[in-house]
Amino acid sequence: MRDPRINLALRMGDNTLILAQQNSKWCGHAPTLEEDIALSNISLDLMGHAQMWLGLAAEIEGQGRNADTLAFFRDTDEFRNSLLVERPNCDFAITLMRQYLFDVWHLDQLSLLSESSDSSVSEISQKAVIEVRYHRERSKNLVTKLGDGTAESHNRMQEALNALWSYFGNLFEDSDSDNLLSELKVSPLPSSLYPSVFQKLCNDSKSSTLLIPKSKFRQKGAAKGYHTENLGYILAEMQYLQRTYPNSKW
Amino acid sequence: MTTEMPLWEVFIRSQHGTAHRHVGSLHASDAETAMSNARDVYTRRNEGLSIWVVLSSNIVASLPSQKGPLFDPSKDKVYRHPSFYNIPKEVEKI
Repeated sequence: MRDPRINLALRMGDNTLILAQQNSKWCGHAPTLEEDIALSNISLDLMGHAQMWLGLAAEIEGQGRNADTLAFFRDTDEFRNSLLVERPNCDFAITLMRQYLFDVWHLDQLSLLSESSDSSVSEISQKAVIEVRYHRERSKNLVTKLGDGTAESHNRMQEALNALWSYFGNLFEDSDSDNLLSELKVSPLPSSLYPSVFQKLCNDSKSSTLLIPKSKFRQKGAAKGYHTENLGYILAEMQYLQRTYPNSKW
Repeated sequence: MTTEMPLWEVFIRSQHGTAHRHVGSLHASDAETAMSNARDVYTRRNEGLSIWVVLSSNIVASLPSQKGPLFDPSKDKVYRHPSFYNIPKEVEKI
């Protein structure tokens, strides 16, 4: 059996890698210059986290791979990111809401991982959590302003929330290795974060005036490597160059 | 969208500087967003220790047409410059 910490590192690394890749597509295209730069900044932060997590996964694995080979030479069924981050960018409402939902989970997750019994996991988390605190603050402000803005901005944010809701639920999917990791106090069970994350969304919704969906349905599969078709397109674009010209350097 | 949002002027105090300097402007719907946009747009390369944002419309500026009456009188008063003194070396910031 492979070290369960690899799964944790892949889960964290793939979530941040894929979201960074998705957000980076807005570079030069966001509705305002200010948002354009802010999203690129967040992308770069997340890319930095991905580098640390995937580097850790490769190190524990000890097969001579590194963060780059894990990012560019794995196929969709080997990725452990949640289905939320691979949702298509669509419009700015979806992109912002996806970021916001991710940030609320990410901050809770990193705060808990900062207390991990594994020193590599806690060190990476303590480093990353500083940046994520800002991400969460920023996306909360935007969601509040747009949710409580004009009729159009409210409706679009509400529609985005409804559309992403079941995919957001996928962040809390447990896998077999998670039980062991939780017993060893390396990481909490993904499902155990749901109550506190849900509570934070409810608190924020008082000022954003958005309605938290009642549906309890959560998409499943990513913890086992089953993804939506969109991940294939994301990887095709992201991995194209390294697959065509392996080991080429920037 | 951009045209509907007010303009803000951004001032940043850098690591070494002692005063806030005007670095540019940006659009934002409110003070909170202006502050976070200023952070994202103007402090990406570790430029600042402190940020001020001010609504551009709150700044009172001198009129270009009044340039003459405002500034001409000081042109020929060379004795107002401290160039007739030797500044001690110990005085750094002047």
